[in-house]
Amino acid sequence: MIRLENLTKVFDTPKGAVVAADHINMEVPSGEICILLGPSGCGKTTTLKMINRIVKPSSGKVFINGDDTTGMDTQDLRRNIGYVIQQIGLFPNMTIEENIAVVPKLLGWDKARYKERARELMHMIALEPDAFLKRYPSELSGGQQQRIGVARALAADPPVMLMDEPFGAIDPINRAVIQDEFLKMQQDLKKTIMFVSHDIDEAIKMGDRVAVFREGKLVQYSSPDDLLAAPKNAFVESFLGEDRALKRLNLVKVAEVVSDEIGTVKPEDTLTTALARIDDFGYQNSILMINDKRQPVGLISRSLARTTKGYCRDHFQNVPATVSLDDDLRKVASLMFAQDITWLPCVDEEGRVCGQITQRAMTHHLGARFRTKQRETSAVAAEPKE
Amino acid sequence: MELIQYALDNADLLLSRTLEHISLVGVAVGIATLTGVPIGIAITRNERVAQAVLYAASIIVTVPSIALFGIMIPVLSLIGQGIGYLPAVIAVLLYSQLPIIRNTYTAINNVDPALREAARGIGMSHRQRLRMVEIPLAVPVIMAGVRTAVVLNIGVMAIAAYIGAGGLGTFISRGISQSDPRQLIVGAVAVSLLAIIVDYGLLAVQKRFTPKGMEGAANAA
Repeated sequence: MIRLENLTKVFDTPKGAVVAADHINMEVPSGEICILLGPSGCGKTTTLKMINRIVKPSSGKVFINGDDTTGMDTQDLRRNIGYVIQQIGLFPNMTIEENIAVVPKLLGWDKARYKERARELMHMIALEPDAFLKRYPSELSGGQQQRIGVARALAADPPVMLMDEPFGAIDPINRAVIQDEFLKMQQDLKKTIMFVSHDIDEAIKMGDRVAVFREGKLVQYSSPDDLLAAPKNAFVESFLGEDRALKRLNLVKVAEVVSDEIGTVKPEDTLTTALARIDDFGYQNSILMINDKRQPVGLISRSLARTTKGYCRDHFQNVPATVSLDDDLRKVASLMFAQDITWLPCVDEEGRVCGQITQRAMTHHLGARFRTKQRETSAVAAEPKE
Repeated sequence: MELIQYALDNADLLLSRTLEHISLVGVAVGIATLTGVPIGIAITRNERVAQAVLYAASIIVTVPSIALFGIMIPVLSLIGQGIGYLPAVIAVLLYSQLPIIRNTYTAINNVDPALREAARGIGMSHRQRLRMVEIPLAVPVIMAGVRTAVVLNIGVMAIAAYIGAGGLGTFISRGISQSDPRQLIVGAVAVSLLAIIVDYGLLAVQKRFTPKGMEGAANAA
């Protein structure tokens, strides 16, 4: 757990005092990722760097796992906080192994232990230890270097990590890959992480919570979903962008919206049966045909069923796409737009049809969240003032 | 032809003078490295002190070597060392400070701020940062400063023959006083060759001391 209490930084500049961070109060529960988000100069990085005292706080306190860090020795404090920076900062004079082992060495681990730890971390970040440990940072690609940067921060298994735009310098494709890898690692590691970003999409993807900063003040601190559904003021709203409802598509999984009611036909059914079933279920265009294992094999279109006689197995079209339960709605929407269709069959891990997702259900689900938020805010506004 | 004949006839003397020359410069620059590098590192902590020290070192270099020897004669005569080995070594020691201090200072100051922040953020003390990161990264540039000092002072040391310090300068001073162009030219060429050879030798040493993984940076320095 990280708790900031009235954390404040005032910089004295030739033009006078600048308040870079103004009485920041927030708490990141253990095992969660908190994204500090905002435009440049908003105080997010200053706030982050006050936690490990790269920037010395003017006033206020930082608590880690309940302990006030004010009295702690700076070096001890830092050795127990993982630190990842945008520029990566691997030491070019050291091998990958030496880079990873820096903190364990400072902490006085014996050689066998930190060597073993380096190998363990290489497996964790999916780089082959024998191929990489003896190499130097300049021989690695940017993405590989930042993976090593993360491994170095994790080396002494600190409970808390600070990450200052860690994936900002990596090309978009590799960035998405590293983000996914990191989230997967975090599921096991359960570190408490403060993570600075200026990228709203990254914040929504990576954050359990998002703290939006502006001009040294913490403006809003909430879950990504709350942030997108109910931005606190015009600044947050404009920072999130006009497509913020679309951004929520990333946050919702198919499983939350799927309807398990789906009408199907089998290959041995007649087209007459298919047409009847299409009408029973109220489908507009087509019905899904499945095999004995409940795997989707084709679509029977309404127009064909109406004009033709015969068996389904002789008259089906290909299924344009299927989605699985842990896909996010963004992917679903993309498939629907690409295929010009309004529904998609959902399959489980074994590829069996387990339901369907419709455009209507998606818009309803997303809209429901906005509707309740509006009701809440209007209810609050309607409360009589004291 | 005549020159080569002279050099061959006096090969023993030439060799011993060369060794004398190397030992004078070697001792002086060696001591200068031991003082200059720590000074260069120390002044990175305070900009104003750094400017003052670098300014002083620059002024020393502007003093002509003959004048410097002249100044030292009365001072060092107090301990009976007015001429000879000691003033020669002191002069080279002083001239070596600027390239060595300046290169050390620049090299440490130019360490990528991101690396410094990473080192701090990881929990290294100032000392650990110097030892594990900053000095290893600065070595190529510091060595380049030492090379400059050596080459510069191989020339200066030739003049020290006038205060009886020996070395290859004796050929030159005798060549002038005896109007003997053979000695003069053999001495001058020997000094030049020595400077070039030593420079290459030190370049090899510099590469050897450059941390692996930074070879690209070393070639640029």
